[in-house]
Amino acid sequence: MKFEGTKDYVATEDLMVAVNASVALERPLLIKGEPGTGKTMLAIEVAKALDAPLIEWHIKSTTKAQQGLYEYDAVSRLRDSQLGDDRVHDIGNYIVRGKLWEAFESDKRPVLLIDEIDKADIEFPNDLLLELDRMEFFVYETKKTIKAEHRPIIIITSNNEKELPDAFLRRCFFHYIRFPERDVMENIVEVHYPGLKRKLVAEALNVFFEIRDVPGLKKKPSTSELIDWLKLLMAEDVDPETLRTRDMKKLIPPLHGALLKNEQDVHLFERLAFMAKRDK
Amino acid sequence: MFTQFFYDLRTGKVPVSLKEYLMLLEAMEAGIPAYKVEDFYYLSRSALVKDERNIDKFDRVFAETFKGLEHIDDGVEAEIPEEWLQKLAELTMTEHEKAQIEAMGGWEKLMEELKKRLEEQEKRHQGGSKWIGTAGTSPYGAHGYNPEGVRIGQDKSRHRRAVKVWDKREYKNLDDSVVLGTRNIKVALRRLRRFARDGADLELDMPDTIKSTANNAGFLEIKMVPERRNKIKVLIFFDIGGSMDDHIRTCEELFSAATAEFKHMEYFYFHNFLYEGVWKDNYRRHSDKLSTSEVINTYGPDYKVVIVGDATMSPYEIVYPGGSVEHWNEESGQVWLERLIAQYKHAVWLNPVPERHWDYTPSVQMTHQLMEGRMYGLTLDGLDKAMRELNR
Repeated sequence: MKFEGTKDYVATEDLMVAVNASVALERPLLIKGEPGTGKTMLAIEVAKALDAPLIEWHIKSTTKAQQGLYEYDAVSRLRDSQLGDDRVHDIGNYIVRGKLWEAFESDKRPVLLIDEIDKADIEFPNDLLLELDRMEFFVYETKKTIKAEHRPIIIITSNNEKELPDAFLRRCFFHYIRFPERDVMENIVEVHYPGLKRKLVAEALNVFFEIRDVPGLKKKPSTSELIDWLKLLMAEDVDPETLRTRDMKKLIPPLHGALLKNEQDVHLFERLAFMAKRDK
Repeated sequence: MFTQFFYDLRTGKVPVSLKEYLMLLEAMEAGIPAYKVEDFYYLSRSALVKDERNIDKFDRVFAETFKGLEHIDDGVEAEIPEEWLQKLAELTMTEHEKAQIEAMGGWEKLMEELKKRLEEQEKRHQGGSKWIGTAGTSPYGAHGYNPEGVRIGQDKSRHRRAVKVWDKREYKNLDDSVVLGTRNIKVALRRLRRFARDGADLELDMPDTIKSTANNAGFLEIKMVPERRNKIKVLIFFDIGGSMDDHIRTCEELFSAATAEFKHMEYFYFHNFLYEGVWKDNYRRHSDKLSTSEVINTYGPDYKVVIVGDATMSPYEIVYPGGSVEHWNEESGQVWLERLIAQYKHAVWLNPVPERHWDYTPSVQMTHQLMEGRMYGLTLDGLDKAMRELNR
C-alpha cells in the first residue's frame, strides 16, 4: 500500500518517497521543518490513508522513555496493601501500559506518532533505541517480554530544539519539510477551501509571500497561519481589490493578526509602512 | 557505484554510517524508488541525511557523483543533440510560429545562432550554471515571450524537471555556518550542562521513599533529596567597541542567551585585547575598572572562560608592553591572556569573523596560538564545538 497524500493533505514527491520507504522498511520516520508546515498532520493523514489506527504520544519536557513502555503504579499498590485488598498479590495489576505497549499490542498495524521528541530530555531518544529497533521490551516486574505483533509505522516529529543523538538518527529515515512553493501552496489552499474565489487566493498569496520575504521578521508566517488568515478573509468577505491596493497607508494587510504573531513584527511593518509613505 | 557514492559522501563531510548505507540498499532491494532518478535521490537523502544542515552538502556530492546521469535524464544542458532539439521544437511549435521562424531566416539559421550562443554562454559562465536562461525575451530559453523562441528545458509532462532537484540546492540557507538567533544559541549553550544535586534537601525522592517504605513494612518513610541544578560556572569576556561594532548584534544575542542559560555567569568587557583591567559597565569604564588579577583571584579554577572578540588588531597590541591603543599597559596582552589560561583550564575564544578570513590577519593567528587552538567561529557550528571543548 502506498501513501500518495490524501484529499486533505498535499504531499510533495520527496515526502511520499520518504513515507513509503519508512513504511516498507518498518523504520521510524523523523520529520523536521518550520513550525506550521504540517508535521503532526502528516501522521494523522498517513493513518487515514493506510486505514490504520493512530496512537499519539505527545512528548513534554518531563516525559520519560519508560512512560511510553509502562509504569509501575507503586502508590496504588501501597494503598491496596494497607487496605488489605487481594489485588495486591498480583503485581501485574499495577502495571500501567504506555503508548508504545499499546502500539505493540494493536491487532492492526498502527501508526504511532511521537510528537515533538525534542521537547524531552537529551537522553530520551537513547532510551528508546532498542525498543524502536527490535520493537520489543522487557517488563521487569512481571518478567515478561512484550513483542510487537505488527511493527507499527512510527512517525516522529521534531522542532529542532535539541539535537538528537547519532545512534538514534541512524535508525530513522529523515525528511525535512521545506516551506511549500507557490504552486504547492495553491494546492494546499484548494484542499482546505475548495472553490475559494480564485482572485482572492491569488492576491492573498501575493501578500503572504511578500510578508515572508520581509527581512528581519521574528516569526515568519507559515502554512497554518495562511490558512487561518484566509478563513478570516472569507468570513469578513474582504474584496480582492483591497489586498491589491498598493496604497502606502495600507501597507499592513487587513486582519494581519493572523499572520504576524508578535508585536515586534507588527512594529517592523508599521515602520516600513511609515518609511514607504515618507519616500513618496 | 553506490559504494563510491558512500565514500564520496564521507569525504564530502556528510556524516553517514554503514548502518544508514545498508538501510538504503535494503530500500533499493525492496523496490521503493520506481526506477526514477528523482526517487532515488529522495530516498537516499531520506536514508543518509539526518540533519537539514547537511542537505546542501549532500546535494553537492550527489550532483558530483551522479554527473553521468544527467545525460540519461531528459537533458536540458548545453550538449543537447541537435536532432533532439529539432524534434522538440516541432512538437511544441504551432504552424503559426513555424511560419514566423521561416520569416526570421529559417530554422537552420536559428539553430546555428543558438549553437553560437550556447558556446558563448559556456565560455562566460565557467563552472557556473549551464542553463540558457528562462523567462527572457531572447529567442532562446524557456517561458519567453518571443514567438520564435526555442523552448529549452520546458518539459511537456508536468513534472517540472527542467532543473534537476538536487542542482537547485534549496537547502543552502540552513547550512550551519549561518549566524544565529537567540533560540539556537540557547540550544547550543545547553551542551554545557553538568547537573548535580547540591544544597538543602528540597525534593521528594519517590523511588527511595517507596523502597524505604517497603523495607519499613508498609509504614511511610519520606526521603528527600536536594534539587538538581546546573552547576556550570561561566566567565564571559566581551570585546567591545571599535571593530566589534559590526558584530554587536551577534554578541547581544549570545549575551542574552547566555544570561538566560547559566545561573552562575559573570561577564566583563575589554577593548581589543585583554590587559590588566576589565569593566562591567561600559558607561563607567574609566572610573570603575576591575583589575584582571582580581578577577582571576576571585573566581576559582572551576569556572569556564569564554572570550568573545574579533582579535583583529595590530600585532603590537598583543606582544608589546604599552601596545594598547587606549592606555599605557605595563605588561603585554599576551602575558595577561597566558595568566588567564593558566588559571582556567577550560577556556575558548569565540570569533565573530568568519573562519575563512582568519588566515589573513596575523593577530587572529597569534591569538589562535595563544589559545592553544581553541578559537571557534561565532556560528552555530563553532559554538557547538566550543561548548564541547568546555565540557571536556
